[in-house]
This record gives sequence, structure tokens and C-alpha cells, in this order.
Amino acid sequence: MFMKKAALTSGIAAAFMLASAGGASAFTACQVTDVGGIDDSGFNETAWKGVQDSMKSYGIDGRYLESQSETDYEPNLNALLDAKCDIIISVGFLMADATATSAGANPGAKFSIVDMAYDPTIPNVLGQVYATNQAAFMAGYISAGMSQTGVVGTFGGINIPPVTAFMDGFYYGVAYHNSQKGTNVQVLGWNPESKEGLFTGNFESLDDGRAFAQNLYDEGADIVMPVAGPVGLGSAALATELGPDALKIVGVDADMEVKDTNNPGVYLTSVLKRMDSTVMQVIKQAMDGTFEGGMIVGTLANDGVGIAPYHSFDSAVPAALKAEVEEIRAGIIAGSINVGG
Amino acid sequence: MSGEAQSSGPAMPPEMKALLAPAIDSRSSLRELFILPLAAMFLAMLIGALIMMATSVAPATILQSFIAMAHGSVGSLHAISETLTAAIPLVLAGLGIGLAFRAGLFNIGAEGQMVVGGLATAIASFSVTGLSIWLHLPLVLLVGLAIGAVYAAIAGLLKAATGAHEVISTIMLNLISIRLLDYMLRQPFIQKEGRSDPISKAVLETAELPRILEFLDGNLRLHAGLFIMLAAVAVIYWLLFRSKLGFAFRISGENPGAARYAGIRAGLTIVMAMAIAGALAGLAGATQVSGVLGRATPGFTAGIGFDAIAVALLGRSHPVGILLAGLLFGALEAGGRQMQVDAGVSIDMIGIMQALIIIFVAAPLLVRRIFPPLFRERRRGGDEHD
Repeated sequence: MFMKKAALTSGIAAAFMLASAGGASAFTACQVTDVGGIDDSGFNETAWKGVQDSMKSYGIDGRYLESQSETDYEPNLNALLDAKCDIIISVGFLMADATATSAGANPGAKFSIVDMAYDPTIPNVLGQVYATNQAAFMAGYISAGMSQTGVVGTFGGINIPPVTAFMDGFYYGVAYHNSQKGTNVQVLGWNPESKEGLFTGNFESLDDGRAFAQNLYDEGADIVMPVAGPVGLGSAALATELGPDALKIVGVDADMEVKDTNNPGVYLTSVLKRMDSTVMQVIKQAMDGTFEGGMIVGTLANDGVGIAPYHSFDSAVPAALKAEVEEIRAGIIAGSINVGG
Repeated sequence: MSGEAQSSGPAMPPEMKALLAPAIDSRSSLRELFILPLAAMFLAMLIGALIMMATSVAPATILQSFIAMAHGSVGSLHAISETLTAAIPLVLAGLGIGLAFRAGLFNIGAEGQMVVGGLATAIASFSVTGLSIWLHLPLVLLVGLAIGAVYAAIAGLLKAATGAHEVISTIMLNLISIRLLDYMLRQPFIQKEGRSDPISKAVLETAELPRILEFLDGNLRLHAGLFIMLAAVAVIYWLLFRSKLGFAFRISGENPGAARYAGIRAGLTIVMAMAIAGALAGLAGATQVSGVLGRATPGFTAGIGFDAIAVALLGRSHPVGILLAGLLFGALEAGGRQMQVDAGVSIDMIGIMQALIIIFVAAPLLVRRIFPPLFRERRRGGDEHD
């Protein structure tokens, strides 16, 4: 007993020394995740990849804190303030209020938030927003071109702008295909005019992802785009069971065919939201002193959004459709195609 | 328990006294309130370390994480503030659950009672305007308390009138409250302007529990709910051990038959116990909304109502024990956050350690078997423990 205690004490002393030695890095970037967690295969993980890439490229320290509920946002931000972070990156629109409060109380600290741009701007917060509707427009066009049933579907996590931007783009992409090709492909789950549609109400439940995809499939949809982080993994599991001929999934945030190794061959493509690249930009700015409040926007033009390769569907997607999609990309960048309908 | 006065009549044989002894807990076993949880915590940390090792966390990181936990829970003013802030709703809701336990009722519905109480507080705090803080703040807290009491009393009434088991009915009321919250947060008179997701308007400044350490540092979140918590501990102690109503609760909990013979009205006792439990949980929700969050959102209770069940168990349903258990859980929450920041250990480890502590506390015999010297020494005559 006493031996054990002595060993413990000396161990603690050693750890103290370790801790103080380890804390001497020049720059530390910290991230607070939303409730999806750091390994959500979605926006938290992608943003964290930006921090990790910065750790490799710039030789900085990186830390993160996971929020288990909305009540964690503020204490998590505070804990990172105490941890001497040089920049604090909060991930998600739902953290907007907590981040604003924290930034207001700590004008000397630098903050950046994914999926939120404040109006008016806060001098020490740099918002990162994404024109995901541009990329989702392309995915909608592809889906309309690939649908056998003439019905495609989408659903979201919560009815908030960063989610519905995907659904808007998807909807108008399908509509564009209809107008260009004379098709009549229907979109279930979202109406951009009334701003109403299908929402799971959470960003966590894989069961919901499965149930919602099942409902859309029962209504005839053979391609579904879930916009709810890890919830979409449940939809992909259903697609694996039914087979990709019956149901295909359009991934969001990251290239899901690569991320979701449990469900190979069900992702037609993915709408990429390159949070890793904007997070890296923000860290760079904070490091070289050019950081200021405001916002940066990821677009097709600056590669902040995009679509993933077709992977296993590469041979199934007709060459003509691929070419049209590339034309649309150029058209959106040039401004000749309006993604807003 | 101070119920020995009742045992008048013929002298009890010593064997019978021995049989009754464990049931008569309270002040005699107050020391056990400390030593058992401490031993349980030590074991939990030990197993926690083993689990971390099994998930290939380096030993140095494990030690670093325990240091971070101590640092993040009591190591600075900010840490203490966070520990206390997290403890406030746990203690309040835990007191309610403990009181219901004493009356023989398993109130699994603290979460739901917190939801409706907190929601009512939120509504009262932005729809009533033009009051000073001296009127508005007590008003919103009382509204939360009252709605929590009414909501819990439903389960009490169902039990008293129809015999419906309170475990089932409170669980169902939890589910109803969560959907009710989702629905209410979308109503135009509650929903924040310009938002399409469920979120309430912000609490007015006159309805906010003031942050009592704000003058030192704007990031210190400790609020005046601390005093409410301490007052509640005192009031519930008095109620349980010094009042007639509390005696009725305890006697009903320990021996419903004897309570009936003694002329205690069982139905009324059940409803009263549930209502007071709900009032405390409602107050917990109210202090969260008014002191910490400043608005109601889906899931604003964050499972505190369920954690409070563990707090009540750990505190052996004794108000002082619950206070200590709530502080311990608050410390684990605040320390867990630091553990993640400093050592990069998953916050889920904290959940595992909390569960382990509960398991060891729920199995006191196991802990005694593992640490026989600790408990034997103490019986001989008050030795210090670590």
C-alpha cells in the first residue's frame, strides 16, 4: 500500500514536469466541437482536419474540446481561454451566441466560427461561411440525371441556414436539370419557397437517418441527400442493405465514400464543404498577424466548396452528364448560372 | 434517523434492535458519507486508468489527465467557479430525488420536471416586463418551482388515485416534456425573432440570477443560485428531520403499513412528496435558465435530471450527502473538461468514471471487502483516511 503510494506520488511529480515542459509551444489553435463530436465524419472532423493540417504544416499545437450538449458551449470556450489558446475555433451555427458572448467578454482573444457571419461584425471574430448551395446545385443536377424513378429526396438536421443552403442548392440543381433537359424529376423533403421540409431535429441519431431515408425511399426516391452530419450514416447503412441500385446517397461536408468505410459504393458523390481549408487560412492569418474580424466565404471559385469524385459510380455516370456538370461549375463561377432558382 | 422516540412500549430484544440498526441511518453514519465515496472514487480512478491504458493512452498522459482533473475542478478560482456552477442544478434536483426516495418513491422524472420548470421560467422571464429585479427574479424562480411541482404532482396523483407506478409515469412525463419543449420553442411568442430553429427569446436582465464573481473576471460563471442551493439543503434537512411532514415522508418510505396505522394519509403524502421533489427539480431548471443559459433550447437540461439520480444515491438521500455528492459530480464535470484540454483524453472517460463511482457506492460491501483496513480501523476509533 505504502509502496504504491510512493510510486504514485513520484509519478505525479514526473507528470507535472512533463506537463510544464509540453506547454511551451509557440502557437496553439483550439477547437470547440458541436455535439456531433470530433469523429462525426462531418463538419467537426473536417474542421479538426484543418487544425491537424496546420499542426503539420506550421508546427503549431492543436487542442479540442467536445461539447456534449448545448450547455457546454460557454464553459468549453472559457476552458480554452484559460488554456492560453492563440485562436479559438468554434464549429457550428448553434454556437453563435456563446461565441459572441465569449468574444465580447474577452476582446483580446481571437475567435473564429464555422458557419456563422455576424452582422454587424465583431472585431475579434472571423466567421467562416460557405456557398454550399453552389456545390449542392451540381449534386442536384447529377442526381436528377441519374435518378431512375424520377424522384430524389433530401432531409436536414435542424432548419437553420447552413443546413438549408445544401437543400436549396440541391433543389435548384434538380430544377435546372428539368428546365434544361425537359425532365420532370421531383424533389421530396424540401421546399425552398416555404422554407419547410423534413428535419430529424438532431445531428446525432443514426436511427433517424435510417428512418427518414426509408420514408423517402418508400415515396419513390432512389437518391437521397441527408444534411445532418452523422445522421446520414444511418441512411447510408440502409442504402447498403437495399443495394446502390435501389438507393444512392449524396454525402455532405466531406467525401463520404472515403470517410464512411462501412458503406462502400453507396455514395453517388458528396457535396464538399472544405472547412479544413478555411480553418487553415484562419490559423495562418492569426499566426502572421493579418487576422481581423469579419468573414471569409468558401465558394466554388476559391475551392472552399466542391463535389467529390464519383468513385464506384464513375463508369455508371454518362460522360455527357459529367461534361454538363463541369459546364455548370464554370457557369456558376462565371456567374452565368444562378443557383438561387 | 430521529424516529427512535416512536419505539416506546415493551423493551426490544437486542437481536431485533440489531436487525433494525442498518435501517436507522442518518447522523450516526454521516462519516460513512465521506469514507465510502472517497474509497469508491479511488477505485473508479484506478479502473479508469486501466481502461485508459487498455485504449492505449500513455501512462504519462493518464497521470497528466488526473492532474488536469484536479486542476480543472479545484485548482483555480475559475475551476472552483465551474465546479460550483455545475453542482447547483445537480444538488437541487438531487435533493428532490433524495426526498422522494425517503418517502419510498422513485422519481425518475427530475429531467422532465426541470424541462417544464425551466421552460416556464424562460417564458416568464421575457414575457413579463417592467418589473425590477427584486420582483422579477423571485417571480420567475417561483414560476419554475411551481410548474415543476405541478408536473411532478401529476405522477403523485396517478399513484395515489390509481396505483400507477411512479417510475413508469415519470419516465413517460419526461418524454412528454421533451416534445412539449420542442413544440413550445417554435411558438411565435416564445421563439427568438429571426430564427427558424427552436430557441427561445433571451431572458431579460431583470430576471437573471446575477453572476456573483463577475466583478473579478467576466468569465466566472458562478451565479447567485449558489445561495438558493445552500438554502435548499438547509430547508430540506429541516423538513426531513425536524418537521411533521418530513416524519410522515420517512415513515411512509420505511414502512407504509406502520404509517397507515399511525394515521398518516398515504395518498396525500405521496402527492406532497412528489410535488416537493418536482419543485426542487423545477427550481434546478429555473436556475439553469436564469443563471447559466439565458434562454431555453432543446436539450437545455443536458441530462442533469438523470445525473441527479446518481447524486441522490451517492449522497444516500441525505441533504448534506447530496450536497457533497453534487459538488463531487460538479468537480468531475469541470475537471473532465480540463482533462480533455490538457491531456486530450476523451470526455467519455468522465462518464465512465462517474458510472464506476456509482457502482462502487451502490455496492458498499464490495468496497469494504477491497479496503478492509480502512473500515476496521475506523470502527476502533476515528482514524484519518486519505
